[in-house]
Amino acid sequence: MPLLLIAALLMAVSGAPGLARASARRRRGADAVQPAGDAGTERVATALLLAGAILGIVAVVAGLLGRGPHSVSASWAVPGGLFELRLDALSSVFILPVMLVVAAGAMYGPGYRPVREGARHGAGFRFFYGLAAGALPVLLTAQGTLLFLAAWEILALCGFFLVSTDDDQPAVRRAGYLYLVSTHTATLALLGMFALLGGGDPWLRLPAAGSLPAGGAATAVFSLGLLGFGLKAGLVPLHVWLPSAHAAAPTHASALLSGLMIKIGVYGLMRLISFYAEVPAWWGWTLLGAGALSAVAGVSLALAQHDIKRLLAYHSVENIGIIVMGLGLATLGRAAGAPALVALGLGGALLHVINHGLFKALLFLAAGSAIRASGTRELERMGGLLRRQPWTAVFFLIGAVAICGLPPLNGFVSEWLIYRAALTAAHHQIMGLALAVLAAPALAVVGGLALACFVKVFGVVFLGSPRENSPTTSAEATRGMRSAMALLAAGCVGIGLAPLALAPLLRAATAEWAPAIAAAGAIAAEGVSGGLREAAWLSAAAGLLLVPMLVIAAWLRRRGRIAARGVPTWGCAFAAPAPRAQYTASSFADGLVSTFAPGRSLERTSPPALFPAPARVLSHHPDLALDRLLLPGWRLTARLFVRVRAVLHNGLTSAYLLYVALTLLVLLIIFGGK
Amino acid sequence: MYGVTNLLLIAVILINFFTLGSSRLNSCIRAVAAQGALLALIPLAAHGLTFHTVVLGVGAFALKGVLIPWVLLRALRQMRLRRESGPLIGYIPTMVLGALITSAAFIFADFLPLRPEHRGGLFIPTSLATLFVGFLLLMTRRDAVSQVLGYLVLENGIFVFGTLLAEAMPLMVEAGVLLDLLVGVFIMGIVMDQIQREFSTLNTERLSALKG
Amino acid sequence: MIVTTLLRLVLLLAFAPLMLGVIARTKAAFAGRQGAPVLQPYWDLGRLWRKGIVVSRTTTWIFWAGPVVAVTVPVVASLLLPMGALAAPLSFEGDVILFVYLFALARFFTAAAALDTGSSFEGMGAAREVTFACLAEPTLLLGFVVLARLADGLTLNALLGAHLAAAWGSSGASLALIVVCLMVVLLVENARIPFDDPNTHLELTMIHEVMVLDHSGPLLGLIQYGAALKLMVLGAVIMRMVLPVDTGNLWLDAGIFLGGQFVLAVVIGTIESVMARLRLARVPQILVGTTLVAVFAVVLVLR
Repeated sequence: MPLLLIAALLMAVSGAPGLARASARRRRGADAVQPAGDAGTERVATALLLAGAILGIVAVVAGLLGRGPHSVSASWAVPGGLFELRLDALSSVFILPVMLVVAAGAMYGPGYRPVREGARHGAGFRFFYGLAAGALPVLLTAQGTLLFLAAWEILALCGFFLVSTDDDQPAVRRAGYLYLVSTHTATLALLGMFALLGGGDPWLRLPAAGSLPAGGAATAVFSLGLLGFGLKAGLVPLHVWLPSAHAAAPTHASALLSGLMIKIGVYGLMRLISFYAEVPAWWGWTLLGAGALSAVAGVSLALAQHDIKRLLAYHSVENIGIIVMGLGLATLGRAAGAPALVALGLGGALLHVINHGLFKALLFLAAGSAIRASGTRELERMGGLLRRQPWTAVFFLIGAVAICGLPPLNGFVSEWLIYRAALTAAHHQIMGLALAVLAAPALAVVGGLALACFVKVFGVVFLGSPRENSPTTSAEATRGMRSAMALLAAGCVGIGLAPLALAPLLRAATAEWAPAIAAAGAIAAEGVSGGLREAAWLSAAAGLLLVPMLVIAAWLRRRGRIAARGVPTWGCAFAAPAPRAQYTASSFADGLVSTFAPGRSLERTSPPALFPAPARVLSHHPDLALDRLLLPGWRLTARLFVRVRAVLHNGLTSAYLLYVALTLLVLLIIFGGK
Repeated sequence: MYGVTNLLLIAVILINFFTLGSSRLNSCIRAVAAQGALLALIPLAAHGLTFHTVVLGVGAFALKGVLIPWVLLRALRQMRLRRESGPLIGYIPTMVLGALITSAAFIFADFLPLRPEHRGGLFIPTSLATLFVGFLLLMTRRDAVSQVLGYLVLENGIFVFGTLLAEAMPLMVEAGVLLDLLVGVFIMGIVMDQIQREFSTLNTERLSALKG
Repeated sequence: MIVTTLLRLVLLLAFAPLMLGVIARTKAAFAGRQGAPVLQPYWDLGRLWRKGIVVSRTTTWIFWAGPVVAVTVPVVASLLLPMGALAAPLSFEGDVILFVYLFALARFFTAAAALDTGSSFEGMGAAREVTFACLAEPTLLLGFVVLARLADGLTLNALLGAHLAAAWGSSGASLALIVVCLMVVLLVENARIPFDDPNTHLELTMIHEVMVLDHSGPLLGLIQYGAALKLMVLGAVIMRMVLPVDTGNLWLDAGIFLGGQFVLAVVIGTIESVMARLRLARVPQILVGTTLVAVFAVVLVLR
């Protein structure tokens, strides 16, 4: 555990030398970028981040093997503060992807935002990236309430600065503002939650698992927690800040935000539920419903996007939805005393936390490389990148297959566990629990839509021929960027082929989450061990799948006779199809978007006439949750408060004195009775 | 005996889905006619051959399965209408709503304080589902023919409920209901004719032009 | 065990194209034609196998990957599925989900291969394919939910076990609805009338066939062979539900399985002969309707 603290510190300070140097130079008045010096501090930052990540992985593995102390504490002068970090299996599940993604980001950064090209706020960006990376492990292991909240706020602010790195663009500033507002609303909800949670000593220590009785303030605590953590995680309809924020940040910061930062919302929800000895069934139903809604809405909205980073950001909403569905099934299982549901649901949710961290980061990094090569984020302007970027294309393909939950990669394993949890519910005789089985077809809808979406992205960006002659700076990603992607891709493939390797971790985490059920020995008997043992079969099936494919491919390669090469694609008797006539991303998704996510607005600038003139079509897909639900709601609230203020704040001194007297009276009534 | 009744009731629900999803008025009318004919069999299947059920079955079959559809089809032919103008909120949302209503009816029926012999059967959920699907049709369709169909489906739902109590309910009451239905359809037929003459369409939204 | 596995593989690999022949023959009989020989699909495959491959200049290795995945997936999926009474050699809790997702994997790569050519027609086909699959996949899963409720396990062997014969008595209505729904899924997934026409020659209305316009020679052969395998594998699910007979004799079971498959082929041929192709805009409606009917079947079986 001390190792983990050192790792966190190393990462947190990684950007400091660069920042110090930059500010020193600004004080001297030399505002011109000095590439040489910046490159030096950048190397330092990368090395520190990598060292921290490696140390962190060592610490997590050592913790799992039971070596070294599990917790570390220090004295902290803040009143009510408790500086104690404790590494358990549940935290480890969340920390593992943090280390991998941060390491990948460190390798990726120098190639993606080269200092010699004068990227804006380079030093500041690296500082906040490192600080966020360092704060994450602290948050995930914090035992003190104040420490948890402090880390939470540091992360929130780092997130803001990462999002608004390119603050010369108005869209980025708006995204940053929206993010700041939402994250502080979440903090407010959490403050309320912790105040209600604590009971005796509210500000000291997070309760132990299964230590709180049900009833009392539990309903209020859960509701506030769902609001606060749900805002952070991006559950629909609280996701409104997420797509624009994640699209605005530089790519490897998007990977950090989308792959890791939103997971702290999930972590909070999981911890919160684990505090209670008994959970009511409606918590499970709420989570299951919210998860299903997020998953379906997230993926439908993703399908409608044609900005690749926004699209990936919406997929985070979807995947958080899938994770929360797993958590909901597990909660239902706890409420009904069904160990199989707990083990499979939570196991799937936790594994999906790791998996989503890996493949979402991979997708963001590969997308960043594609964006660099084509100079745009618009899908409709890309095309044919596979020829120029063979490695990036392969990495993106791995990420795409993984995020669609297709075998034999990691996404399938976690979705498979959640599916099994849902289908297990079918065997329950209670009409109530059996309804949870409908989560399975919901997941199938999500899976089908995700597949459509990633076929679209992969096909439009990497296949076919280029739609525009884009100014290509460099063909393939730099070596550092490629190794970053390779690291993450290896994680995706590894977990997909050998999921059993993670079984002990998941089993331990589930036992920590539901101690009562674990104590009964039920999980070991029929749940996780049984559920995950079957994962070995998945490895076998993957082998059965891959070997014949390779054989057939090799045979084709050797024996297939090429009759003609380099001929144009058959254009169905149309002789000169231009690259712009290729099927576009918008048309590809049109059928599904109109069914699942209505509300697209189409703008035609020139009406179809007898003799066609140049025409433009603009399609825009607004997020109805923000435009129709939240913004009008906020406006209404604001107007209400303006009205109230106009009455209260009337400028009469006597009225103000009345308020003071009334307040005093109320306080006397409340506290005088005791 | 119980198995046959349940199959009939399931067929009734499936026809509900069909009417919600179909865009051709002809096939819609035929589907509702088939639903009426099936309904006519239910009293026989559920309560066996008695004078009461035979009269009820034959009456319902003649009215719901033959007479009213024939009238509607004739009206359609005269007005040269084949396809309706489409529901207010699209076919797929209507169907999804219909499925939600049906599922809700099934869940709700379990909570009703029923007598033990009615518990577990499909009568109550089917009747509730059919009733609300009828309402859904009435609410979401624009043209008068579809609205008449919605009215018919609604009445079919009530009829299913009635057959559950066929032994308790006097024949006169049912005869009265069927008569009401017939009169209702005739009145709607006259209204339809008037709308057609006035606006040369059957779109009832135009009626809003009449308000002062 | 080994004999059964080999027998199953032989049944699948050798007899799958025969189903296409039977379908074609049925359609010919309805049309009053003599029709092509029942073995014609085999000759077609042989002819394609001997031809050379034409490779467009826009294509990459993805273009080759599509057919390879499309032919491997049904074979692997068949290992999870009981073919008639011949139990699956590869069977574990939750294999039913792997079964569904394997076909999704094949869809990903065939659609990507279509987009690889850069042809707008093939893009259109790929878009339709994934769109309809999105709407058909939940139906398939709902069908398995019904089966899971009736069985005591989550392996395909358990879901499609011999208990189905008794289940027809207790929850026949749900099973019948699911059989109808799965039939729709089968027709959609295998590009059959009324959803798609395997013989059409108008690119604008094609779905599956337009995706493979640029594939030629052995690649096209692999795709067609893969389609035949897929038809047999998905057909085996339906026929097992309709004919849950276990005789205990290996060869008799194999015979019943094959007979069932050919009955299914005749049924498909009949449907193709008596129904008209649906308008494209109607297809999603029908599929959503099917899904809702399947939801209804689940509700029936849950209460």
